[in-house]
Amino acid sequence: MIDASVFLLAAALALGSGVAMVLVRNAVHAALFLVASQLALAVLFLIQGAFFIAALQIIVYAGAIMVLFVFVVMLLGVDKRESLIEPLRFQREIGVGLGVLLIVAALYLGVGTSFAVADLPDSAGPRSTEGNVEAVARELFTHWALPFEITSVLLIVAVVGTMVLAKRRLRS
Amino acid sequence: MSVPAEWYLLVSALLFITGTVGVLIRRNVIVMFMCIELMLNAVNLTFVTFDRMMGGLAGQIAVFFVLVVAAAEVVVGLAIIVSIFRRRASTDADQVSLLKW
Amino acid sequence: MVRLAAQGGTELPGYIPLIPFFPMAGALLLLLFRRSIGRGRWAGIVASSVIGSSFVLTLMAVGNLMTMTGAPEERTLSGPAYEWIAAGGLNVAMTFKVDALTAVMLLIVTGVGTLIHVYSIGYMEHDERKATYFGYLNLFAGSMLLLVLANNFLVLYVGWELVGLCSYLLISFWYFKPEAAAAGKKAFLVNRIGDVGFLIGILLIYAHFGTLDFDEVFARATELQGAIVTAIPLLLFVGAVGKSAQVPLHVWLPDAMEGPTPVSALIHAATMVTAGVYMVARTHVFFEASHTAALTVATIGAVTALFAATVACLQDDIKRVLAYSTISQLGFMFLAVGVGALSHSPVAYAAAIFHLVTHAFFKALLFLGAGSVMHALEGETNMKKMGGLIKTLPRTGWTFIVGWLAILGIPPLSGFFSKDAILVSTYEEGWFLLWLIASAAALLTAFYMSRQVFLVFFGKSRSSEDVHPHESPSIMTGPLVVLAGLAAISGMWLGLTHAGPIFRLLEPLFGVHEEAGTEAFLGIPEAGLVMIAVALSVLGMFLAWRLYLARGGEERRAALQERWSGLASFVRSGYRLDALYGALFVWPGKTIANVAAYAFDVRVIDGAVNGLAVSIGRSAEGVRRVQSGLVRRYVMAMLTGAVVLLALFIARAN
Repeated sequence: MIDASVFLLAAALALGSGVAMVLVRNAVHAALFLVASQLALAVLFLIQGAFFIAALQIIVYAGAIMVLFVFVVMLLGVDKRESLIEPLRFQREIGVGLGVLLIVAALYLGVGTSFAVADLPDSAGPRSTEGNVEAVARELFTHWALPFEITSVLLIVAVVGTMVLAKRRLRS
Repeated sequence: MSVPAEWYLLVSALLFITGTVGVLIRRNVIVMFMCIELMLNAVNLTFVTFDRMMGGLAGQIAVFFVLVVAAAEVVVGLAIIVSIFRRRASTDADQVSLLKW
Repeated sequence: MVRLAAQGGTELPGYIPLIPFFPMAGALLLLLFRRSIGRGRWAGIVASSVIGSSFVLTLMAVGNLMTMTGAPEERTLSGPAYEWIAAGGLNVAMTFKVDALTAVMLLIVTGVGTLIHVYSIGYMEHDERKATYFGYLNLFAGSMLLLVLANNFLVLYVGWELVGLCSYLLISFWYFKPEAAAAGKKAFLVNRIGDVGFLIGILLIYAHFGTLDFDEVFARATELQGAIVTAIPLLLFVGAVGKSAQVPLHVWLPDAMEGPTPVSALIHAATMVTAGVYMVARTHVFFEASHTAALTVATIGAVTALFAATVACLQDDIKRVLAYSTISQLGFMFLAVGVGALSHSPVAYAAAIFHLVTHAFFKALLFLGAGSVMHALEGETNMKKMGGLIKTLPRTGWTFIVGWLAILGIPPLSGFFSKDAILVSTYEEGWFLLWLIASAAALLTAFYMSRQVFLVFFGKSRSSEDVHPHESPSIMTGPLVVLAGLAAISGMWLGLTHAGPIFRLLEPLFGVHEEAGTEAFLGIPEAGLVMIAVALSVLGMFLAWRLYLARGGEERRAALQERWSGLASFVRSGYRLDALYGALFVWPGKTIANVAAYAFDVRVIDGAVNGLAVSIGRSAEGVRRVQSGLVRRYVMAMLTGAVVLLALFIARAN
């Protein structure tokens, strides 16, 4: 019962903040709603036993990345409100229409099918002697060691790319 | 009694659709970018749910990599937005339509 | 390989393939490096020495052949030079064969060829494109040698087409003259007609025998049944008619005189045009099998001999007279080959080859003499503007007179023996009508050749005042003297009687002559026939003398002209055949081509292509709007696609 109620609460918060993020006109508000949605998602991760991911979600996403977003929004002008006039014809209508179609499809699939996983274990698999974080770490640093190292290259490239893009060109 | 996996998946799908519609109807590139982040998050939820269903750890590892890639992407993407803004003084996606013909 | 060498004879000596190889290599050298050796006389010297080397090798081969012992059929050198085409069932090696017939042809091509190459050094002295000229000439010599050496139909055909190509190149050598370009084109196209027939004949042979090897095909030629017996020789003969300028495909040869005169001598008198005679003689087994085909050959030969002789009587161009004369003499040869096939007469075949040899000598001599005259008169070819040249051009004149007497058949010069051999064998085998036609042609031959000699070398000079004729250099008159010697003595040497060397030599091919097989019509003995022939020649000479040299000739000619002017101009134009062919074939062809080019191609094909391009352009103009550059539109399109795919998946899952 507790699980179900926590799930319902977190799911409602995640979906509600997501929809709000799409609808509010102010970009800072949108960013805050996104943070709320991500925190709710972290709760959903937690109740599925993915403790490490839940922590990452809060630290990296809700923390670092969203701070970056807010920072850029502030940098580019906080008081800019998006105009309600849609310059592209039918863009909004078609977009919403497609969304509704997708929701119908998702509900159809979600209700119409059963994965027969009623008795799911509560936490991370059979390795309950170990904590979730240890399990993930073991997997990550053994089986996934090479991809893990390669991500560092990706991050360096991203940093260098950002510097190149953001630096002011010196006018001579 | 635990919550059925289908529910998680449904939540994830709805979040994903919300993000998609957001990309379609918002004009502010920063907000569009946020919507993309929401879509990524929805996918992460799917990963974790399936991971629980399968009883492994590969899904969580995938989420970890998604997070890393998302971080890199956000950094570069925001840098691009900043440089566009420098040039055009606007964050409206419809103003940037030179990439044609 | 074993199969090819099995047919008796001795293996091919290694130097035989060099005979055609030398001139081919010379051609390659000259044509590739024509800029660097185009100056001075080097091109001519190179070309003459390679063909001279071939001549020496030919002499070696002939010596080899003469010293061979054994049955006559086995006195040949044959074998493959190298494997050429080996594809599935078709297995063609570059096989060569030297037997008596080939040896004779080799001697003519290399011997007369060398003389003409040497002569060309003088004749082409002042031409800019000497190296090209000698390159083509060498190419021709090599191709002709390939043709006569071939021991299978494919190699023969390759040589056949190559000489045709060289003929085209050399006729239109001065391509900047429109007449020369047109003449080359005409020669090529008319030859093409013949060659198509020839090729079909060869393909039929392959279809029926499964091989193109001469020895095998000839050995099995009698296996043929039904209409094919006649079809194969007739188709082969079509090729010969084209190549040897027989009626009705003779029209190209008179025009071919636009080429340099040594070319006319080598290609259009001595060698290439005799390829048809050679080919028919080589494939005589087929002609003997079909009475119709043999009769066709003999008839076309006789008709051509008379027809061309009549036209020759009225030509004013010194070279055109000789061109028609060549056609006429080739007609004699075909007559002899045809009679040989009709009556299985070895003598008639041998007479054809004999005449081919002597004709090569005296006609080359006459052409080169004519070239010398033109050289002296700065390119003048109209005989009406010559006259009395014997005084200024003594060596050219006297050698020309030797050639004249030889073609007339005045004993003891060569033409006497060879032409009489043809006439006598025609008569003795019982072909009286053909003999009559040929005799009439001989009379006319005497007339037009005498007319030519009288107009050019005797009488008063009719050239304009500012032309000062000068004798040609000795590099040109030297070959003339050699050819005159050959034209004078070759008859006595080769064929004094039916036991002469040429008849003996060819026995392995055509069989042994048996004396007096059939009862001759009217029963004129051979001596009588010979006397009739000589009398006809003298009569022709006398007529020409009366009209062109004797006192009062002018008036007699005027009277004849007045009476027969319409007929004369009809005959002079070659019986208006050019006009007829123009209306019958050239005009419809051009019309079809024009319709195809300007109506069908421009409207239909270009229209379709352009229409397609325009419609693509228009639709692209419309589709262009889709690429708006607006990212959100792109995303929407993407999502729409995703939704459609999802709908499809759901629909399929149910």
